[in-house]
Amino acid sequence: MRAMPDHAALYRQLYTIRRFEETVLDAFPKGAFYGTTHTYIGQEANAVGVLAHLNEGDIVFSNHRCHGHFIAYGGDLRALFAELMGKATGVCGGLGGSQHLHWKDFYSNGVLGSTAPIAVGTALAEKQKGSDAITVLFLGDGALGEGTVYESLNIASLWNAPILFVVENNHIAQTTPTELALAGSLAARFAAFGIPVVEMDSNDVAKISSAAQHELAELRATRTPRALVLNTTRFGPHSKGDDTRDPAYIEELRTRLDPLTLHAAQLPASERQAIESEVDTAVAAAYAQAEADPPPPANHLAKVAPP
Amino acid sequence: MTSVLESLNRGLHAAFAQDGRVYLIGEDLLDPYGGAFKVSRGLSSQYPQRVWTSPVSEAAIAGVGAGMALRGLRPVVELMFGDFSTLVADQLINSITKFPAMFNGAASVPLVIRTPMGGRRGYGPTHSQTLEKLYLGIPGLRVLAPNTLSDPGELLRRAILEQDDPVFFIENKVLYPKPVLDAEALADFEIQIADGDFAPTHTLRLKGAPAPQLTLTAYGYMAELAREALTRLAFEHELFCELVVPTQLAPLPAAGSLEPSLAASLAQSGRLLTIEEGTFSLGWGAEQLARAAQQFGSRLLAARRVAAAEAPIPAARTLEEAALPSVEDILTAAREMV
Repeated sequence: MRAMPDHAALYRQLYTIRRFEETVLDAFPKGAFYGTTHTYIGQEANAVGVLAHLNEGDIVFSNHRCHGHFIAYGGDLRALFAELMGKATGVCGGLGGSQHLHWKDFYSNGVLGSTAPIAVGTALAEKQKGSDAITVLFLGDGALGEGTVYESLNIASLWNAPILFVVENNHIAQTTPTELALAGSLAARFAAFGIPVVEMDSNDVAKISSAAQHELAELRATRTPRALVLNTTRFGPHSKGDDTRDPAYIEELRTRLDPLTLHAAQLPASERQAIESEVDTAVAAAYAQAEADPPPPANHLAKVAPP
Repeated sequence: MTSVLESLNRGLHAAFAQDGRVYLIGEDLLDPYGGAFKVSRGLSSQYPQRVWTSPVSEAAIAGVGAGMALRGLRPVVELMFGDFSTLVADQLINSITKFPAMFNGAASVPLVIRTPMGGRRGYGPTHSQTLEKLYLGIPGLRVLAPNTLSDPGELLRRAILEQDDPVFFIENKVLYPKPVLDAEALADFEIQIADGDFAPTHTLRLKGAPAPQLTLTAYGYMAELAREALTRLAFEHELFCELVVPTQLAPLPAAGSLEPSLAASLAQSGRLLTIEEGTFSLGWGAEQLARAAQQFGSRLLAARRVAAAEAPIPAARTLEEAALPSVEDILTAAREMV
């Protein structure tokens, strides 16, 4: 397992995701992208904290809100911008777009809950193959409305799949508050299937990282499923401009719970500023490179999906 | 002679013996039961580590199979009844068939989902349907339906071991006890076999018969009824037909053309009768006729479909018989066309 990342490294990742997503939201109205997007602003500490403890070969399954997971996994910024722009150099050559990414052992799909049994299958496959790889599956609170998630929890527990279920509960599914969509306890859903669950109420990356480190160590030792419920905050809209919440409420969340502000306290101001300046430059350069990249060749679809 | 059921069971055993990456997931698979229709019998005893009897969770087992396939295994998922394939539709449409292309060719899902379809067993509206038409035309999905003219088990073995793309494998449940036909059983017929891109298409005509006046096309169990109809049309009505039996229902040839054997037969007969157990409208036969019209234009002299009634399949024997296409229905349609 990797050593616990230092505060500067954690801050660099948090800030990279934030700058990437802010760039996306700024550029969308200017017509730089096509389609839609779902940004991760406010939830950065989850991806960074959990994925800090991945080993080479471990599998990550993500959802529609996948940019932060992809960047924390080590994904390339230019390739992600290019994918959103529909360029040949994109993560999936422009075929997937914002919510369908695959690179190395990272996969995402935008149909909520559909990834749960597939992720369980990947974990079981690696176990059968005798590899040490484990799977991390990110779900939002919204996905817990899908029945296939519960079928998957049952099978993961029955068949001892080495998988960590990470629920990022941002308390809102598109525009529907969680209390209008989910009955009962979130953590108890896992406990009912005999899956050990830890629930956290924090946007502090150091705390999340520490909990994830413990959960993943247990998971690697037992090769059985575990769950991490992360109560978090989404500062941005569901996609581009569809936030129906009171702006004052979101401002209050930002003031109190911004994962960047919370973690910035761990660093001297000069070091933080230096990181920010480097990342600003790197993100801007990645954006400019992607913008200059060529579109996919006209015959590209026929190459990957022969008629 | 070997039955279709025995052949499929042998095909599964052969795939397991040949490749340690083959797994089977499904409901009630364990011996002595061996799956509701016994196709999987013996596997759980011989390969206990690779045969996983599952909860009643069709969507999840399809997804688990997809995940295993994504990571280099060659899983087979058994759905107890084809009617339950609706529970798997999201996995099939939004994940299993999407990953290879939407991930830019960097992922493959060599998964076989096999399931029995079809009626004539008295199981009623939700356990008798022929639903494969819902899954025809999904880009990236190969749909196979074996028949008695070639070895169904060998087709299944090849689908498991040789196909890198997802396969939906349709087994008509009335075919299970039928014999896989050998040369002697088919002695009355002159048979041509086209290999296709993966699965064969058979063209049958009675030995010594004059040029065909009508082309029949059918797959799976309906090919049995069509073969009987072909013989009776010749001997009872002096109406000479050719029967084209595809094993691969999808994908079809690009650019809207018919499967070449079917086109060759139609070029001679000019008349096409499609025969299927699915419901009449918007189905397999409709697609064949559309392609025939596109390819042959005014040379297409007559075109018709025989199919099931557009209603739930009744449980009562007499009503079920009336709802599903019969040999008599084929004879009537054929005689009206020539």
